[in-house]
Amino acid sequence: MNSDILISAQNLSRYYGTHCAVNNISFELKRGQILGFLGPNGAGKTTTMQVISGTLAPTMGQITIAGYDLIDEPLKAKMAIGYLPEQPPLYPEMLVEEYLRYCAKLHRIPSANIAKAVGKAIGRCGLHSVYRRLIANLSKGYQQRVGIAQAIIHTPDVVILDEPTVGLDPNQNREIRTLIRELAQEHSVILSTHILSEVQAVCSHVQIINHGQLILNDTIKGLLTQIQSTYLRIALRQPPDIQVLTGIEGVEKVEAQDKNCFRIQYTANHNPAEALVEKAVAGHWGLYELIPEQGTLEQIFIDLTNN
Amino acid sequence: MWTIATRELRSLFVSPLAWSILGAIQVIFGWFFAVLIYWFVRPDVQTSLANDPNAPGLTAIVVGSLFDWMAIILLLVTPLLTMRLISEERRNKTLHLLLSAPISMTSIILGKFVGLMGFFIIMLGMLMLMPLSLLFGGMLDFGQLASSLLGMILFLGALTSLGLYISTLTAQPTVAAFSTFGAFMLLWMLEWAENIGEQTGILSYLSITSHYQPLLKGLFSSADVIYYLLFMALFLILSIRRLDADRI
Repeated sequence: MNSDILISAQNLSRYYGTHCAVNNISFELKRGQILGFLGPNGAGKTTTMQVISGTLAPTMGQITIAGYDLIDEPLKAKMAIGYLPEQPPLYPEMLVEEYLRYCAKLHRIPSANIAKAVGKAIGRCGLHSVYRRLIANLSKGYQQRVGIAQAIIHTPDVVILDEPTVGLDPNQNREIRTLIRELAQEHSVILSTHILSEVQAVCSHVQIINHGQLILNDTIKGLLTQIQSTYLRIALRQPPDIQVLTGIEGVEKVEAQDKNCFRIQYTANHNPAEALVEKAVAGHWGLYELIPEQGTLEQIFIDLTNN
Repeated sequence: MWTIATRELRSLFVSPLAWSILGAIQVIFGWFFAVLIYWFVRPDVQTSLANDPNAPGLTAIVVGSLFDWMAIILLLVTPLLTMRLISEERRNKTLHLLLSAPISMTSIILGKFVGLMGFFIIMLGMLMLMPLSLLFGGMLDFGQLASSLLGMILFLGALTSLGLYISTLTAQPTVAAFSTFGAFMLLWMLEWAENIGEQTGILSYLSITSHYQPLLKGLFSSADVIYYLLFMALFLILSIRRLDADRI
């Protein structure tokens, strides 16, 4: 077995009674990859994460974490997992530092290394200013960070973060993303979210899940080339007849958005931008805008999850 | 396991609940103990005791009734302490932390159990200072005292294991507290079955307090000790299984 495959899930299914929350999902994750788990509410993201983290048993299927089967050798497999549930598992009556020390002990860090591990987690999650405060008195953003600190304190191979950036302000958001990217250098990270830009910003791989089924599993790069836009938006001061535009080589369809603006669809390997500009200059159409429309994950997401 | 036990104990002492329970118990039994001593040294009581050839000694009177009352009061207090053991973790979603950490269900349950027992031992230690203070003016039957103490610990262990089990069943501490309280009361009142002419004695045998009385009298019977040990084992195993079933 390739030791660099840190998570391997095969044919995972999970039923709640007769309700099927996760249906036959398989995937693999290697060291250094960041996997973004996307899906609408109730799609089975959280259930999948709980199953991978060992807090929920799969109804069917097999999970291997860092080479250990989660069912047969749960303790060894769990040593390699850091998990941040949807709601950070914090004890409000504890100090941040005290809580992290407790988590370190729970994860069997030898007592000689605990202070170092706690210090490192505090540093990485930017908790210097609050580590002597009660968790109950922290803001939501800081509580979230303490939750992340808890998940990475034992430098696990696999870090599972369920909606890690919920409730953070944009600055904290950016810091957490940087942190996640840093983490991915030594660990594998799975994060679930429904913020698409987040996936585009930090993840190397994307999975879209809907109604418990995996409907897309690709790298971000692959996905972006897949959704290469084939639209141009142009605006002309003296637009010609719409047939003239349609007549340009490569143009498939022209939609007039108003008197001056047009949306042009073209065939994938035949970008008419150049020809368009030449004709516009020659015909004095008064071209003042030419924008290649950026394809987004959002479109793909909406397309896939609505079908 | 020890990690969980120490956290449990620490979290009790950072909350006002533990202190208020310790304080209230200490006041109640301080008063009770004082009344008992004043009664014991009353001249008429002393003369009647002196005239009775089978009169109970100082230890039997003072320690015996002290522990007898302790059992009843602790029956009321224990649900307040056991209610939050698992149900609060469930409600705060901190149970996920324990479940995803490399520790077994058995360590979680035993950790919780040992943590709370640690609290009870501290409480008993403080209560024991009262009978021990009698050493300033008299002699104590240490055998009976030790047997009472053992009985008390076993009794509390049984209560804690049952309370812990009920706490694993719910996410609402108050529900756990009241159900535990009901279960304790029933287990205690089973003893009354003999009053209505129960012939076989099974019901009163099952009562949680009936096995405690002999130990208070200094009567050590392995059957009583085994009753409590089995009781604890049963509910600890049930708790572990219940927690395990959560994942399925």
